[in-house]
Amino acid sequence: MYVAVKGGERAIENAHAWLAEERRGNTDIAELSIAQIREQLKLAVNRVMAEGSLYDPDLAALAIKQARGDLIEAIFLIRAYRTTLPRFGTSRPVDTAAMACDRRISATFKDLPGGQILGPTFDYTHRLLDFKLAADGEIPDAPLREPEPGDVPHVTEFLNREGLIEDAPNDETPPPDLTREPLEMPADRALRLQALTRADEGFALGLAYSTQRGYARNHAFVGELRIGTVPVEMEIPELGFAIEIGEVTLTECETVNQFTGSKTEPAQFTRGYGLVFGQTERKAISMALVDRALRWEELGEDFEGAPAQDAEFVLYHADNIQATGFLEHIKLPHYVDFQSELELVRKLRREAEASQLQEAAE
Amino acid sequence: MNAYNFAYLDEQTKRMIRRAILKGLAIPGYQVPFASREMPMPYGWGTGGVQVSAAVLTPQDTLKVIDQGADDTTNAVSIRTFFERTAGVETTTQTKSATVIQTRHRIPEDPLTEGQILVYQVPIPEPLRFLEPRESETRKMHSLEEYGLMHVKLYEDISRHGHIATSYAYPVKVEGRYVMDPSPIPKFDNPKLGDMAAIQLFGAGREQRIYALPPYTQVISLDFEDHPFEASKADHPCGLCGAKDSYLDEVIIDDAGGRMFVCSDTNYCTARQAAGHKGKDAA
Repeated sequence: MYVAVKGGERAIENAHAWLAEERRGNTDIAELSIAQIREQLKLAVNRVMAEGSLYDPDLAALAIKQARGDLIEAIFLIRAYRTTLPRFGTSRPVDTAAMACDRRISATFKDLPGGQILGPTFDYTHRLLDFKLAADGEIPDAPLREPEPGDVPHVTEFLNREGLIEDAPNDETPPPDLTREPLEMPADRALRLQALTRADEGFALGLAYSTQRGYARNHAFVGELRIGTVPVEMEIPELGFAIEIGEVTLTECETVNQFTGSKTEPAQFTRGYGLVFGQTERKAISMALVDRALRWEELGEDFEGAPAQDAEFVLYHADNIQATGFLEHIKLPHYVDFQSELELVRKLRREAEASQLQEAAE
Repeated sequence: MNAYNFAYLDEQTKRMIRRAILKGLAIPGYQVPFASREMPMPYGWGTGGVQVSAAVLTPQDTLKVIDQGADDTTNAVSIRTFFERTAGVETTTQTKSATVIQTRHRIPEDPLTEGQILVYQVPIPEPLRFLEPRESETRKMHSLEEYGLMHVKLYEDISRHGHIATSYAYPVKVEGRYVMDPSPIPKFDNPKLGDMAAIQLFGAGREQRIYALPPYTQVISLDFEDHPFEASKADHPCGLCGAKDSYLDEVIIDDAGGRMFVCSDTNYCTARQAAGHKGKDAA
């Protein structure tokens, strides 16, 4: 006797209870605190803030804890929360030239005003597992130095003074808002950058890498990479002036790209741009390379059919929350559709067999 | 869940969605772009349908949610619970007493009536997508009514297989103008789309599109004169209620490959059994 499947509701409740237990793990081991995640897994927190499009280290740490360390799941939690928040207003554009830099390097000039600052980087560490870290986490104090006074000027400004790099004049047009308007093609650069800054890091990395290997090759120099904090200011209508409401850590990457000129533009260097929440330099460099590849049309370059040049391809597939949702939805029941396919395949096979029999008889 | 607005979405968002719905109703079959929100369930799991339902629900409504025709499939349970928590509306499994029905992959067997709203969850709203992957191109094709590609595809099916080899998400033409994806319902359900008394709304969250069929709209499944459209289903009666007119799921019941066929619409099936109908496998 067959009874139609029942009990979805209880199955879901039980699954959730089991999930909560698995998340906690062995209760003999101390529970992770939000502060521990925020302080000691900072780069994970940064990625969740960047791709979740919400600058709040505590919430990102909470999301990572709740998601059992699955960063895409954590990003999803943040996005779903973010969308419910009211909007009080819009901040003024941040001034990255006034950034208090923790790190600032240029690959195009040996030395330059503001200096090269390595900052807290993995770059020159030897990737040897540090077994001492498994035993204790004691660290010696890092040496201190007074920061250089004054702003750190952008490298591209030096090139611009000579007219060697394309000009990037201020544009006062309010940018479109990806989260409040449907994404429609063609997308202007502001919208593309908005999509890229919250794009999946792995996807952006893969696309950027493909441009280096010849799919829309565009040799990029890291003109400058800077990481640090900038103040965020907001115009308060009642006051009539802007006040500082906080500060955020940002990673900014400006690439300087070879350009031998095209039908419409003279030979000069061109720009790719990346700006991402937190210390997230792999993502910021990837973003700058993809940005540059997507600019082929305005620079009068040829479309080579490379994925990184194709704005529709890049923008419609860069969001990991959309991608993972749709990918994973194939776990949902599809037996109605499958049944109709079964009927169709059976019918086609019956007919094929019948015609084979007929041919054999003839 | 008092921290959230009625039916989760804030009123501004609902207004934006209602505008898209009204536009969709005014231009039947046309895909209206809308600023889909991130929902607390994943894209591809009914976020479009959920946003449309949230925008049309009123506190007096009675909601039914089905997936594959059944009220008890896990994702239907999950969406129903979501609205129970966020909207506090009454829910039901009875097609007849629901005012709003959110569905994935099926149209209920009981005919719907005026005053009811059927909300479809749509994965890929663009019927031309698998023929042309670029949205910029397909939008152009719709505006120019350039549907030759679709007819060529159907024709190629016939020349290769002798039939149109599409068994679900079978494309339709609405009021002689827009070619529309009816969502992945089996083609068995296609004839119910046209001339329906209820309002039909289609929501695609990830793809940011809403489209609609107002009541009594002409909806025709694409076909050729010499190869007319044919709604098909498994050629059996339901093993539990004996219905011969309902869409059936095939269930494998033992290790030897034994199988039986049962109604996919669980409400239809249980109502028939309660009325004394019996199939050959019923207890």
